[in-house]
Amino acid sequence: MTILSVRGVSKRFGGLQAIQDLSFDVAAGSIKALIGPNGAGKTTLFNLISGFLAPDCGEIYFGDAPVHALPSHQIASRGMVRTFQHIRLFPKMTVLENIMVGRHVHSRAGFLAGMLNLPFTWKEERRIREKSLGILELLGIAEHAGKEAVSLAYGQQRIVEIGRALACEPKLLLLDEPAAGLNMRETNEMGRLIEKIRDMGITVLLVEHDMSLVMEISDEIVVLSFGQKIAEDWPLAIQKNREVIRVYLGDDA
Amino acid sequence: MARRYSMVAAFAGLIVAIQVATRLTDTPYHLTQLTMTAYYSLLIAGLCMLIGYAGQISIGHAGFFAIGGYVSAFLTTRNLSAHKALPLVSLLRKAGVLVAKPDLYGGDLLVVHPWLACAAAILLAVAIAYVIGGPVLKLRGHYLAMATLGFGIIIYRVALGTAFLGAADGISDVPGFPLPFGLVISGNSSVRVSNYYLAWGLVILGMVLLLNLIHSRVGRALAAVHGAEDAAGAMGIPAARFKLNTFVLSAVFASVAGVFLTHYNGGIGPSEASVMKSVRYVAIVAIGGMANLWGALLMSLVLNYLSLRGYFGTFDDTVFGVILILIMLFAPDGLLRRHLLSDLKRLVSRSDAEEEAP
Repeated sequence: MTILSVRGVSKRFGGLQAIQDLSFDVAAGSIKALIGPNGAGKTTLFNLISGFLAPDCGEIYFGDAPVHALPSHQIASRGMVRTFQHIRLFPKMTVLENIMVGRHVHSRAGFLAGMLNLPFTWKEERRIREKSLGILELLGIAEHAGKEAVSLAYGQQRIVEIGRALACEPKLLLLDEPAAGLNMRETNEMGRLIEKIRDMGITVLLVEHDMSLVMEISDEIVVLSFGQKIAEDWPLAIQKNREVIRVYLGDDA
Repeated sequence: MARRYSMVAAFAGLIVAIQVATRLTDTPYHLTQLTMTAYYSLLIAGLCMLIGYAGQISIGHAGFFAIGGYVSAFLTTRNLSAHKALPLVSLLRKAGVLVAKPDLYGGDLLVVHPWLACAAAILLAVAIAYVIGGPVLKLRGHYLAMATLGFGIIIYRVALGTAFLGAADGISDVPGFPLPFGLVISGNSSVRVSNYYLAWGLVILGMVLLLNLIHSRVGRALAAVHGAEDAAGAMGIPAARFKLNTFVLSAVFASVAGVFLTHYNGGIGPSEASVMKSVRYVAIVAIGGMANLWGALLMSLVLNYLSLRGYFGTFDDTVFGVILILIMLFAPDGLLRRHLLSDLKRLVSRSDAEEEAP
């Protein structure tokens, strides 16, 4: 079953054709990776899928519903949640509070209920807190719950950001370079975590530069070059693909 | 939660202590300025929510204050007795919308009931806040500051240039605002003490509502929007709607303050809508520490009181301008915070070190 379908999407920035007539599908329950040299349009594509940019033409379907005209917060509330290449944790908030923000779409207390401190909000806050603590335990960072999130080590901040996304209970998780800035051990752990997330039933689409990680965990890979798809296959086939080798290593290879 | 409400209790204690002090020293006249201070503080609490917590500046909140004050003043002073033969007027009178009473010279006075005038004033402020907030809050930083400044200037010029709003004189002879249990919001010295407590009671109620909000799901979402708007969007938070709601909420606080202070003072003039008033409110939120409701409230209590008692003399507006500049330069986190003393010491020792350097 297809959970995400990108159909003929294009995006131009002035004279730069960032994405050109791009189509691919993501199968539910899989890990799919987007790779390509710098400037291939991977982050632009992520921004298009997650509603941070609108495509010039083409369609993006999440499940059966078109989402290419929706703003980012509506896409998130439908169950497609992203992380950022440059970690975007909420400053001046603890690790736990950061995760609790992730429960936003699964809770409903509004301005009036909040101001009047209505009893149903107490129960709701307790549920938010318990669920968020559960996520911290699942990720093994429960001991940092009370620390300011941006004070953590870089690798742990990445985990918090993923935890915050998991708190949204996404159907599809978009990870923008989850291993960027991580050392080898942390990268390995990130690989295990992504597999664990897939095994929880969450589909994962990731952009990543670390080839060994991509080859190890991905079920399928899409290769972009200058905004176009040049290959889409399973990892071993991608490694042997002449066009991919040419793009990555140059014509002489 | 215990801490949240213990601060409220402590503040209520301070309000009582001030009243007792004026009683012991036989200086009840201070309560008049302190009551006016309370209404300005209500506006400032709402503005602090907008600036400090939602991260959106407004240099036009005197405009919302003036909308509240002017609408209520106009409706409760506009004499409709000449039109009482009109079917609509008599119908409104039967429905209780209009109330009749004798004026100062024994003539008939037929005006809108203060409660309905108050409701109309708040509704108009809400409507205007929604209409201008929608497009204006898409702007950021200085653009938002300039747009709200423009709104403030428009309201000021409208107040100043509209004949039926009294032009430069404003509206006077605004009646007291009747409340249950025989209470009335009025500047009459016989109800000075009760008005002091009514006004500060309203401020404390407003503080409780805002403190609850800050510690709720909405408060967390606002902090997220303020801290990293794109990430908040990625978590499903509709940033634009939350900013707009906070803007409208702060406009409600400002218009309520405008309504009640106008009834307390018995009138309102265009200076209440002036840009310098808006700047003053922002300066007080800034010196209170931006995202610090208690800081803003205490600074409002002190500075508005000093200003209303005339301590700043002809330099009244200058003082607030200077405060704004100094705070931005030297203490952008406000005056009331834990590390201020140690920071100042470090600042002093650093400038010493710089002087010693060749």
